[in-house]
Amino acid sequence: MLEILLDATVRAGTPILFATLGAIINERAGIINLGIEGLMLVGALAGFAGTQASGSLLVGVLAAFVAALLAGSIHGFITVHLRGNQIVSGLALTMFGIGITALFGRSMVGLTIDGFKRVAIPGLSKIPVIGKAFFNQDLLIYFSFLLVIAIAFFFYRTRWGLALRTVGENPAAADTCGVPVTLTRFLAVAIGSGIVGIGGAYLSLATTPMWIENMTAGRGWIAVALVIFASWSSYRALAGAYLFGGITAMQLRFQAMGTTVSVHFLQMLPYFFTILVLVISTIRLQKGASQQPENLGQPYDREDRK
Amino acid sequence: MKLVTEKREISSRLFRFSAPIISIIVALFVAGFLLLAAGVNPLQAYIEIFQESLGSTYGLSETLVKTTPLIFASLGVSLAFRMQIWNIGAEGQIYMGACGATAVALFSGIESHALMITSMFLAAFLFGGLWGGVAGILRARWQVNEVIVTLLMNYIAILGVDYLIYGPWKDPKGFNFPLTAQFSDAARLTEFFDTRFHSGFFLALFCALIMYLFMERTVWGYEIKVIGSNPKAARYAGMRTGTAIFAVLFISGAIAGIAGFSEVAGLQHRLQHGISPGYGYTAIIIAWLAKRSALGVVIVSFLMGVLLVGGDSLQLSWQLPVAFAYAFQGLILFFLLASDFFIHNRLRLVRGERHA
Repeated sequence: MLEILLDATVRAGTPILFATLGAIINERAGIINLGIEGLMLVGALAGFAGTQASGSLLVGVLAAFVAALLAGSIHGFITVHLRGNQIVSGLALTMFGIGITALFGRSMVGLTIDGFKRVAIPGLSKIPVIGKAFFNQDLLIYFSFLLVIAIAFFFYRTRWGLALRTVGENPAAADTCGVPVTLTRFLAVAIGSGIVGIGGAYLSLATTPMWIENMTAGRGWIAVALVIFASWSSYRALAGAYLFGGITAMQLRFQAMGTTVSVHFLQMLPYFFTILVLVISTIRLQKGASQQPENLGQPYDREDRK
Repeated sequence: MKLVTEKREISSRLFRFSAPIISIIVALFVAGFLLLAAGVNPLQAYIEIFQESLGSTYGLSETLVKTTPLIFASLGVSLAFRMQIWNIGAEGQIYMGACGATAVALFSGIESHALMITSMFLAAFLFGGLWGGVAGILRARWQVNEVIVTLLMNYIAILGVDYLIYGPWKDPKGFNFPLTAQFSDAARLTEFFDTRFHSGFFLALFCALIMYLFMERTVWGYEIKVIGSNPKAARYAGMRTGTAIFAVLFISGAIAGIAGFSEVAGLQHRLQHGISPGYGYTAIIIAWLAKRSALGVVIVSFLMGVLLVGGDSLQLSWQLPVAFAYAFQGLILFFLLASDFFIHNRLRLVRGERHA
């Protein structure tokens, strides 16, 4: 029972994990991206279409990454180069993503593909209780583990990671040190968006190997909230995403067991808990030293430098 | 020769006034290519949009029917915008307003038309207000991000209404469809000219007028503007920003809630699934396009009404998904943000290397 629940937790949490990691890269560079929901949809459709056309899941994942990267670049250009309002641009991106995937997804409805299959890691998958949940999964889930570690390493152990964090904390100082602020911010938005797209692709390539209009159902927004819960750290993003995976898994389990509680109330749970977690982590952030990038949401204009 | 951007010394007035129009035109142009890629002839599609929404009395009445909830919701959203507060939850607030009005219509047993309509209105106002107010309290008390809270509460509100219409409020004579019983005649707004056009539209115009007077002629309106443009100065001047944040999100939600009232009392005459097909999200675009003006909200709401009615007809004739309207609205916003840049900056060709 616990094994099944843990397994479902990891599978439900993975799309949110990718989306949260992508959003963290955006926000670390100082750009709020409320387009996550739209980017996930773009990734889900591109991933499905890519796999459908080529028969290769790898091509699908790459297509999802590239498509979401391109869509995210619109947000990057408007907020970084044109210094436009980040909140409005992000909302526009979500709307654009919902609309464009509905339009181009019409021809994909009802088609099927062979989705990701489980690949057991010898030895590790034999660990009692957690072995099956973490090491008898598909390749995208293993990739998400690596990505969590890689992003933490990138932020704190590489020059580029330092540059990225600095343009989010203090772009004027970064500029003075010769870091190309505009380019760094733009790349962070573009690549972060691409990673969000892989989260969407997980839905259409692994969770349910098909395309359904608006199949993200608010997961992108949960990811936006989880960035704050994770205090912009990739390890904590993993914890947050699995927390929500767990709530979703339990909710589905309750439905399957046929409780007397209304389905609609069960479906509310993830959204309700997201708000709760957001409130708690916001209060906690204010009490301790805030991890929020100092210049989050602020456009940078060299001419305004003091 | 090199193309550079530079700041304008005086912001361009021409651009400021024409930016919304330019953005809509460019968005139409780009959306045309998307339609072409999806196998739809854009010119034919655009002609159809205008013919269906403005070309007949029926079309025009349908456009005004869609304009009505948009005006309410956008007024709500734009009130919060004035204070730099983001109410992305108008969609949920519409559902809650509809829910409150429906509770009164179904269970109060009031027989007087005037009393019934007034009670429904107040219930919608209160329900929508409370829904917005939750985010208001969280933001005012703990600085919890209101964008995420209001947005997530949309999902909760819609699921809550689903619970009611699939469960306790389901019409026993409704063949098991997820909808409530029809309202009594006392709970219906007046309809005109044998169309679905109803008096909610005039209520919306009245609301816009009130909003204009409130913002431009009262101290509260002035405080909202000051807090929005300079919160520090507002605090030094002794304005209570926390209370104002709660009040603004409450009223913002309440006005969006009225849209729910107007939809159930004027149009649907019952509560059912999908009472709002995303009016709350379209309202965000309208509020942003209309900048700071209540009159602007009315005009842009009408334009969006045209697009929505036209879009519905495209859905029938070209099998275009309803959600395509979102792609178009997203494009308008992108171009509006881009054209905002040119209000304060210009492009210039510079000879040779530029010396810093």
